[in-house]
Amino acid sequence: MEKTRLLLGDEAVALGALHAGIKGVYAYPGTPSTEITEFIQKSSLARERGVHASWSTNEKTAMEEALGMSYAGRRSMVCMKHVGMNVAADAFVNSAMTGVNGGLVVVAADDPSMHSSQNEQDSRFYGKFAMIPIVEPSTQQEAYEMTAYAFSLSEQLKLPVLFRLTTRLAHSRAAVNVNDTPGPLQELPVAKDPSSWVLLPANARRRNDALTALQPRLRKLAADSPFLVEKNTGKHAVTGIVTCGTGYNYVMENRPDCPVLKIPQYPLPDEKISGFAENCDEILVVEDGQPFIEEQIRAFIGKDKKVRGRLTGDLPRTGELNPDLVASALGKAVQPLRSKPEAVVPRPPALCMGCGHRDVYIALNKVLADYENARVFADIGCYTLGALPPFCAIDSCVDMGASITMAKGAADAGVWPAVAVIGDSTFTHSGMTGLLDAVNDGSDITVVISDNLTTAMTGGQDSSGTGKFEKICSALGVEPEHLRVVVPLQKNMDEIMDTIRQEIDYHGVSVIIPRRECMQTLARKQRKQKE
Amino acid sequence: MKYDIILSGVGGQGILSIATVIADAALHAGLCVKQAEVHGMSQRGGEVESGLRLSDTEIFSDLLPTGSADMILSMEPMEALRYLPFLSAGGVIVTSSVPLMNIPDYPEKAVSEELKRLPNAVCIDIESIAKSISMPKAANMVLLGAASSRIGLLAPEALREGIARVFAGKGQQIVEANLKAFNAGLNETK
Repeated sequence: MEKTRLLLGDEAVALGALHAGIKGVYAYPGTPSTEITEFIQKSSLARERGVHASWSTNEKTAMEEALGMSYAGRRSMVCMKHVGMNVAADAFVNSAMTGVNGGLVVVAADDPSMHSSQNEQDSRFYGKFAMIPIVEPSTQQEAYEMTAYAFSLSEQLKLPVLFRLTTRLAHSRAAVNVNDTPGPLQELPVAKDPSSWVLLPANARRRNDALTALQPRLRKLAADSPFLVEKNTGKHAVTGIVTCGTGYNYVMENRPDCPVLKIPQYPLPDEKISGFAENCDEILVVEDGQPFIEEQIRAFIGKDKKVRGRLTGDLPRTGELNPDLVASALGKAVQPLRSKPEAVVPRPPALCMGCGHRDVYIALNKVLADYENARVFADIGCYTLGALPPFCAIDSCVDMGASITMAKGAADAGVWPAVAVIGDSTFTHSGMTGLLDAVNDGSDITVVISDNLTTAMTGGQDSSGTGKFEKICSALGVEPEHLRVVVPLQKNMDEIMDTIRQEIDYHGVSVIIPRRECMQTLARKQRKQKE
Repeated sequence: MKYDIILSGVGGQGILSIATVIADAALHAGLCVKQAEVHGMSQRGGEVESGLRLSDTEIFSDLLPTGSADMILSMEPMEALRYLPFLSAGGVIVTSSVPLMNIPDYPEKAVSEELKRLPNAVCIDIESIAKSISMPKAANMVLLGAASSRIGLLAPEALREGIARVFAGKGQQIVEANLKAFNAGLNETK
C-alpha cells in the first residue's frame, strides 16, 4: 500500500531511511542538509524504535559514530552539507578501507551557487576519491526510493554509499508516494574480524587491493541501476545529452527530442556512456555542480567526439543550473519580456533586531577604534553577517573554527590585537583544539565566544556545549581571571567594552563569553508556551 | 494545464506558510506540485522567494523558467518587482502595497510608480486589513485570500480546506483566525 505525502527532498531521504530500518542518524546541522535529521527527530516512528537522532558535535564525530553503529550490525546514516565532508573526510575515506557491516549511507548536500556556503565543492569527487558507490536522485520520489536502495547496496557490497543531494532538490517540496508500512529495523551480527577493522598497513594494503579490484563491479552496478533513464535512443542524432540529478529536470523541462541518458549512480558506467554516444555526433553534459561527469567522459570519448558542457562554455563554468541555462545550451534560449526594474535594489540578510551578536560587534568596533592594527578573525554562523554594514566588523571568515587558529597564527607573526569571534556551536565543532594550541603557546589573542545557546544559523538546533563553556575553557588551560562572561545588552555596553579592553591589554590567551539567548529560539519558546 | 507562481517577500514575512497552504490544496486536488524554498542565510531579513508550480501533468523542473510565471504573489512591493523577468505575457501580480524598509534609501516612490505602470498588478494594503480584523500576524493569509480568485487550477474553497489542514495541529482557534484573514482578503478583491 502507498500513500502520498508532500515532502522536501531532505524529508524524503529521512523517511526513506526510517522505512529502510535505520537505527541511527548522525549529523551536524548545515544548510541544505539540516532538515533530514530534524525530520527524524520529530518522527514518532523513530521515537518508537529508539532511533538515535541527537546532533553530533561535528561531521567527523558523526561519521565515526555512524561507522560504530554499522560495526554493531545496524543501519546508520550520516548527513552533512558539502563542506562538512571536509571535516568528516578522514573517517569517510577510511570507512571505505574498513568497509561496513550494517548498511551505512553518507548524505552530502551540495550547494551550487553557494546560497548558504563558502564554496561550491562537489561531493562526488569525495566518493570517487574513496572509490565507493555514489547515488544521485533527480526527484523527491527518487530521493525516497534511492535511500532504501542505497542501504541495500551498502550491505550487498559491504561498503559505505555516498548519497549526493543539491540544494534545489533538498529544499524543494513535491508529492511523494511512500509505503504505508515501514520496513522492519535491520540487524546483523556485530562485526568481529579485526583484520578488516584494524587498518595496520598489512591489513590496509589487502583492503586497498580488494577495494580496487571491486571497481569494475561497481561500474556494472551503476550501468544496471534501476534509476538509470534513457530517452529517445536507438536512432542517430546530432546531439546526445548525458545528465544527472537536478540537471535532468532542466533538460526535460525543455522537452528535448534528442537522446538523453540520465546517470543515477557512480563510478561512472563508462561502457554504457560509450554505447550511448555511438549514435550521436556530439555529447552535451548537463550536471549541477562541478564538471565531474564531463571531465571523465572527455577522457574516454573526447578523442572521437565533441563533448560540450561547462568546460566549453556551453553552460556556465560555475553556479547552479536552471531551465533557462539548459535551454540556451540546447539552442532554445528565451528572452524575458520584462527586465528587473532599476527601482529594485538588493536586500541583503542582516542580524536580527535585538540579537546579542549586534551588541558584541558594537562594543568591539568601539574598542578597536583605539587600536590601529587590530584584526578580527571571525567564523561560520549568523555572526558572519558582522562583515556587512552597518558593522563591517570582521576581517576574515574561512571555515569552521578558523577564527581562533588564524588569530593565533597572526599573533605568532606579530599582529596585535588579534581577536577571534566564534559562536558557541562552532567553538565545540572545531574551535576547542585551536584554543588548546593557543594556550600551549601562550598566544597573545582575545577569543570572543558569542554564546546564544543554540546553533542559530541553521534554524536553532541544540548546541553541544551549552552550559559547559567555562568548564571547557578552564580545562583547556585558560586562566580563570582571563575567562570573562558578559551579557550582551545595550545597558551593559560600558562593562562589555571595559572587559574587551582589559583582555586585549593582557598579553596572553583571554576568552570573553557574551551570553544571551538567540531571539529566534526565545520567540519560538514563548509562542509554544502560549499554545 | 499548468499554473506557476512566484512567492516573494522578506525573510520572516510568512511566504512559506502561503506556499505550504497552496501546495497542500494542490496535493489534495490530485495535482502535481513542485515548491522550491529558500532556507538558511537568506531568511535573516533578506529577500526570499519560493517558486510554486502546479500542473495536471508531470512537472520536471523545481525552478521556474523565465517568462513562465502566471502570478507573482508578494508580501512586499519591491520584492514583487524583483522577479518580473519570470512573469509571463498574461501573468498577474498580487502584492502587498506596504513597503518593508529595512534597507537604507528604500526607493519607495519608484517602486510604487513601477507597479502602477504594470497592467496586471493588484496592490493591497494587507496589513491594514489584517489589523482591522485584529489579526496583524495573519497578513500573509489576507494576501492569499486576495489572490485566491485568480489562482488557476484551485478554487478559493480548496485553499480554505488547505488552511484548515495545514493549521489543524495548532488548534481550531488558529484555523478560524487564518480563515477569517483569508476571507477578508478575498472580499477585498472580489
